[in-house]
Amino acid sequence: MILRKIRIPLALVCFVAITWLFVDFTGTAAHYAGWLAKLQLLPAVLALNLAVVVALVLLTLIVGRIYCSVICPLGVMQDIIAHLHPRGKNKAGRYTFSPERRWLRWTVLVLFVVALVAGIGSFVALLAPYSSYGRMASNLLQPIWLTGNNWLASFSEQSGNYDHYAVDIWMRSLPTFIIAAVTFIIIAVLAWRGGRTYCNTICPVGTVLGALSRFSLLRINFDADKCRSCSKCARACKASCIDYKNHTVDASRCVLCGNCLDQCSFDALKYDIPRLHKLATATPPAAGSVAGGLPAGNTPPASEERRAFLIGTALAASTAALADVKVKMDGGLAEIEDKVAPKRQTPITPPGSLSARHFAQHCTGCQLCVAQCPNDVLRPSTGLLTLMQPTMSYERGYCRPECTRCSSVCPTGAIRPIGRDDKSSIQIGHAVWVRDNCIPLTDGVACGNCARHCPVGAITMVPAEPDKEGSPMIPAVNESRCIGCGACENLCPARPFSAIYVEGHEVHKTV
Amino acid sequence: MNKPLSRRNFLKYMAAGTAAVAPSAALLTACNPSAKGAAGVSPTGNSAKAMTMRHNPNTGDNVSLLGYGMMRLPQLPEGTPEDPETGPFDQEMINRQVDYAIEHGVNYFDTSPVYCRGLSERCTGIALKRHPRDKYFIATKLSNFDNSLWGLEASQKMFENSLHELQTDYIDYLLLHSTGGGGRDPETGEQLSGLDVCQRRFIDNGLTDWLVEQKQKGRIRNLGFSWHGDYRAFELLLRLHDEGRYHWDFVQIELNYLDWFYANEINGANVDAVKLYGELEKRGIPAVIMEPLLGGRLASVSDNVAAELKQRDPDATIASWAFRFAGSPTGVLTVLSGMTYMEHLVENVQTYSPLQPITEEDHEFLMHIAEEIFGLKEVPCTGCEYCMPCPYGIDIPGIFAHYNRCIKEGYVSQSERDPHYAEARRAFLVGYDRSVPRLRQASHCIGCNQCTSHCPQQIRIPKELQRIDAYVESLRQYQAGRI
Repeated sequence: MILRKIRIPLALVCFVAITWLFVDFTGTAAHYAGWLAKLQLLPAVLALNLAVVVALVLLTLIVGRIYCSVICPLGVMQDIIAHLHPRGKNKAGRYTFSPERRWLRWTVLVLFVVALVAGIGSFVALLAPYSSYGRMASNLLQPIWLTGNNWLASFSEQSGNYDHYAVDIWMRSLPTFIIAAVTFIIIAVLAWRGGRTYCNTICPVGTVLGALSRFSLLRINFDADKCRSCSKCARACKASCIDYKNHTVDASRCVLCGNCLDQCSFDALKYDIPRLHKLATATPPAAGSVAGGLPAGNTPPASEERRAFLIGTALAASTAALADVKVKMDGGLAEIEDKVAPKRQTPITPPGSLSARHFAQHCTGCQLCVAQCPNDVLRPSTGLLTLMQPTMSYERGYCRPECTRCSSVCPTGAIRPIGRDDKSSIQIGHAVWVRDNCIPLTDGVACGNCARHCPVGAITMVPAEPDKEGSPMIPAVNESRCIGCGACENLCPARPFSAIYVEGHEVHKTV
Repeated sequence: MNKPLSRRNFLKYMAAGTAAVAPSAALLTACNPSAKGAAGVSPTGNSAKAMTMRHNPNTGDNVSLLGYGMMRLPQLPEGTPEDPETGPFDQEMINRQVDYAIEHGVNYFDTSPVYCRGLSERCTGIALKRHPRDKYFIATKLSNFDNSLWGLEASQKMFENSLHELQTDYIDYLLLHSTGGGGRDPETGEQLSGLDVCQRRFIDNGLTDWLVEQKQKGRIRNLGFSWHGDYRAFELLLRLHDEGRYHWDFVQIELNYLDWFYANEINGANVDAVKLYGELEKRGIPAVIMEPLLGGRLASVSDNVAAELKQRDPDATIASWAFRFAGSPTGVLTVLSGMTYMEHLVENVQTYSPLQPITEEDHEFLMHIAEEIFGLKEVPCTGCEYCMPCPYGIDIPGIFAHYNRCIKEGYVSQSERDPHYAEARRAFLVGYDRSVPRLRQASHCIGCNQCTSHCPQQIRIPKELQRIDAYVESLRQYQAGRI
């Protein structure tokens, strides 16, 4: 009884706060709820955040997998979906006991760890529960939230106050959007039908915590004398871990929802320390028979990813064309062509990420930074190995000197926290000039917008033909000073391809 | 406020100044020959290299126009262990700079018990002790800000301690520090106005009476005050002067070409320097000037302002304009500069050796620069759209209209200290995005100048757009990540 009373409000608070974190764009949520992301197990492990990891391990060893019922947003989301099931509220319950699919659980975990060590970020990102949730929230919920905000913004504009401002809503990456949607459907269906199936067969974090909670001090256990084998508890168990016939509860799968405790009419289930019982059940937890089990179906094979990517780019191109048409012609305004991202030999990763390798090894693709980026610079990558991990591009904005939002929200240490001062000295790439696009040469007019806006003064305007008087001035980039922020690329008047663009650096340097 | 009249006043002050400079300069050259061609700075066509001096009518002191502010002392390189006596401050460098200053005619050193973690007086004392006491004037303050120090005894102790730290038995210029600042009642914790605090720190406790006694004993040679904040405190102290209760030998105020007219606009709590200076001038009280660079803002200006200043005088540094402005009124006794680095000292010594007073044209020009820096200048755009369409898609009249509207509605604020800064900033930025799509904002203006010839108002459009863009950029950079 008490367990549920504590769990449900706590879980809702955590869930709402984390969801807010992913839909908010103002930075307010990051300020108040940013720590919740850092409490997530996998990010904490990647960030070598020892305090959190130790605390979570101890928590699990003492009370069991309460993490999965309170802190993990994906877990709480499944509980909510299961609760929406018409029979979810039914007293009789709709679940049945099923033996542990240990073989499947551990295979997934081993694959996951191998991928993590090998730096196959896309695979890690697919399975990591917090990242899955982040992807759903940022891809599916944030657009709705932003639409609501833009409504408010139009009201506030009409009433002449500055409380709300409109923001752009755009598809950052179609493949990632599709993956988020597919993951959501699969997990929702699993939760609808079988409660915590995902958590107890696929989720690598669930497997690790399950291995710990198997030995947890406090746990749910049977008082065999009192049990009348009515099966009510088993039918209420979302984790399908109560074998009422044998009077055992599989602690490695139990997520401590406490539903069974409420169901038992005979006081036969208790949440306490079993070792204190005189009648310690001799039988160890049932060694679950290995079944072929569920398909790890939420992973689209690689070839599909590529196809999705191709479809994605095609679609992006057509939306760009649409946007062109949409630009209102007020008579007085010239049409502005949308910018197109140049082909970068090395992708750009955010300041603080140290190097492409460090980034790939630590990022779980949760999309928090992407959702938070106020300058529309970050978007999920479409590269095969780094799929869903963010990358930078400057068509919509540039990495502004005052902003360090992504580094402050990243829970995994993939983007290490940096200050404003550090930022101006971290070289994440360098600008490359493209003669064929440069306006002073193509249009014969003065420009220098790149030099004017370079925050580190790395660009000087020099005459194209030094000997000729009145020669057009072209930018000269001092690569050693350039930090790769993209102000030049974004503000370059050449369209659709800028006459100056940023080439990423695999390893960041301090200038 | 009446600008033409104020300008006339300014020029009046200056005209007298030019006349006064020449003889005193000659005098100093005579008594300080080492000032010539020192420090390896090659003087450009400036052979009379003596510091401009000003005369203090109360004591007859000849005070150098450049005063050394000891509140930003040089520090030891990071990682160097602190000195047990002078903490993180680089006494060797302080000595060198003080030596250079004295050698080049600077004789006014301004410190306070609170500067530099409370070590400024000690460092200043050590550096000055190495010179004959009659070669320089020491200014320090009664910085009894903390309400635990409002009693007479605590303040007396503070004064005695200043003498001790400065290793001297008299102070040449003693100031009631920062009159006009607010505070809290030591007993009730109630917020008090600057006027009340001034009363309680200096008047009600009998401190000023005691200081007058010290002056009679010769332990203080000049008694004055510095003022920030609540104007009623300034008025109170001047009223006491007028009534003959106290005599202020000098008053320290903030003065620079931005504050001359715009102090009040920058921060509603401030009073334009022209008014403050006028009050002192009327009474013949010499003015000591602080913040001639407005906290460095007038030394690091936006690129287009810098270009304009350089265009007018390519040889003059950006900061020198501000120093010339602050030093030009003849009622100014000295202009304080907190010179951390030798380069600043060398540069400022040069600017005042001798002072070339601001001319009428210069004054006009600097007022225009002030407007530009302050951004008060509305763009005289009528929205005729002759300039449109801009081939690069900029919404020129839209940007100007937004900017002008924000000026009118008071949403253009240059000072982050302005209590309404955050609100004004948000209104400006949110409104900017509303009225002009980002792609059509001023940051995209490339300065091709194709529009300029079309403008019937002769607005230099790219220049104005770039000025607005620089302002927007300053707003955006103010607070990370928030609009």
